[in-house]
Amino acid sequence: MTTEQPLIALDDVSKSFTLHLRGGLELAVVSDVSLAVAAGECVVLGGPSGAGKSSILKMIYGNYRADRGRILVRDGAEVVNVASAEPRRILALRRDVMGYVSQFLRVIPRVATLDIVANAARERGIGQQEAMERARRLLSLLNVPERLWQLPPSTFSGGEQQRVNIARGLAADRPVLLLDEPTASLDAKNRAVVVDLIHEKKRAGTAILGIFHDEDVREAVADRIEDVTRFASSRAA
Amino acid sequence: MTDLPLLSARGLTKFYGERLGCRDVTFDLHEGEVLAVVGESGSGKSTLLGLLATELAPSAGAVHYRMRDGAVRDLSELTEAERRLLLRTDWGFVRQDAREGLRMGVSAGGNVGERLMAVGARHYGNIRAAASDWLARVEIEAGRIDDTPKSFSGGMRQRLQIARNLVTHPRLVFMDEPTSGLDVSVQARLLDLIRGLVAELGLAVIIVTHDLAVARLLSHRIMVMRRGRVIETGLTDQVLDDPREAYTQLLVSSVLAA
Repeated sequence: MTTEQPLIALDDVSKSFTLHLRGGLELAVVSDVSLAVAAGECVVLGGPSGAGKSSILKMIYGNYRADRGRILVRDGAEVVNVASAEPRRILALRRDVMGYVSQFLRVIPRVATLDIVANAARERGIGQQEAMERARRLLSLLNVPERLWQLPPSTFSGGEQQRVNIARGLAADRPVLLLDEPTASLDAKNRAVVVDLIHEKKRAGTAILGIFHDEDVREAVADRIEDVTRFASSRAA
Repeated sequence: MTDLPLLSARGLTKFYGERLGCRDVTFDLHEGEVLAVVGESGSGKSTLLGLLATELAPSAGAVHYRMRDGAVRDLSELTEAERRLLLRTDWGFVRQDAREGLRMGVSAGGNVGERLMAVGARHYGNIRAAASDWLARVEIEAGRIDDTPKSFSGGMRQRLQIARNLVTHPRLVFMDEPTSGLDVSVQARLLDLIRGLVAELGLAVIIVTHDLAVARLLSHRIMVMRRGRVIETGLTDQVLDDPREAYTQLLVSSVLAA
């Protein structure tokens, strides 16, 4: 365990949605979320569906706004508060520091699978040759058949697209990784591959915050489980 | 990455007589940033684009631009010659109606080559080579170089506009609804092409669109306009996935799948 500052630290973060089209209905999501993830650590968010796990990841990534509190992400020597940062600072964090993997691939038309994965590595400044090697390795590990590599994934099955998405999400070496149910609906063989890859990332010092529906995956990768129900909004309807 | 913005607008306001075009628009744009201005017809987004591109004079406020030599200039203080040079070299403008952005009676190669000649290129062979290179990059067959855009489809005309604009390596490109009026499949191909070129060339782009899916695919940031004012701004995915203002929520919820 390292004693240095965590890579992710949430400090009394609260989130609600105001639904103006429903007469201004307030939908409380989470209140006073405080948690931290250090380098090399994998923290798993637990709790039932609808508890706000995914919203927490989305706030860290800057995809959802926080109403209150601080979301601190360390970028080298600098600590950035995502809750108040300029859009371009958040984009720089996404390029250099934070990766986000969901279970869905946002399909990029006309780009070959191998290039999609390799480009994800290149965004982080990895050279073309190494990027291609990583892409090949990840796609083979994740059992994406080689005959598909030169095709765009838009015509692939749901499971194949999901594995391409995981390969893309893991291709770069970002210090922070947010995993939003990347293993949902994967078969046992591929779940085991993802577990190995997560261990590899941890050994490399990546701070991981994730949501895993499958108990076997959760048990295999989690250093700690943070139960999100304790952040349930007291103002909840 | 320098921290100085490429373009900054402060308090930009435009009245047409009594009628408000846009009011008090303030933002910075950095190199490589793609900003989408979204809103419905009459929201002021086209007026804003006209002000930024110096096609309209503001009633109040100013736009500053960092020129290629590094000097930051107030655009209203440029001489007419400086302004025209900027428009022909460091800026591009892709218009909704290709007939306004192209010379319809001139060949495709001529449309691209003309911009180069305007900045001093004189060698016919080089100009033709650059033109055919750019036509290839926008996926127009080499055999069409001597045809005029009159014989082109809507999608090809837009791709030709893009080639014409990018041949001088501008740093900033304005786009006014570049994909509207095209078939969906043609739109997708054009968006994909624009996205690739913008990333490859590190272009700054200000794109006006009413189509949130276009904004989602191309832009880093969004400004939502309504009745001449900017009512919400932020990261594109944040504004679209977690809209705060009632009007933005209405816009997002009115789209089938943005």
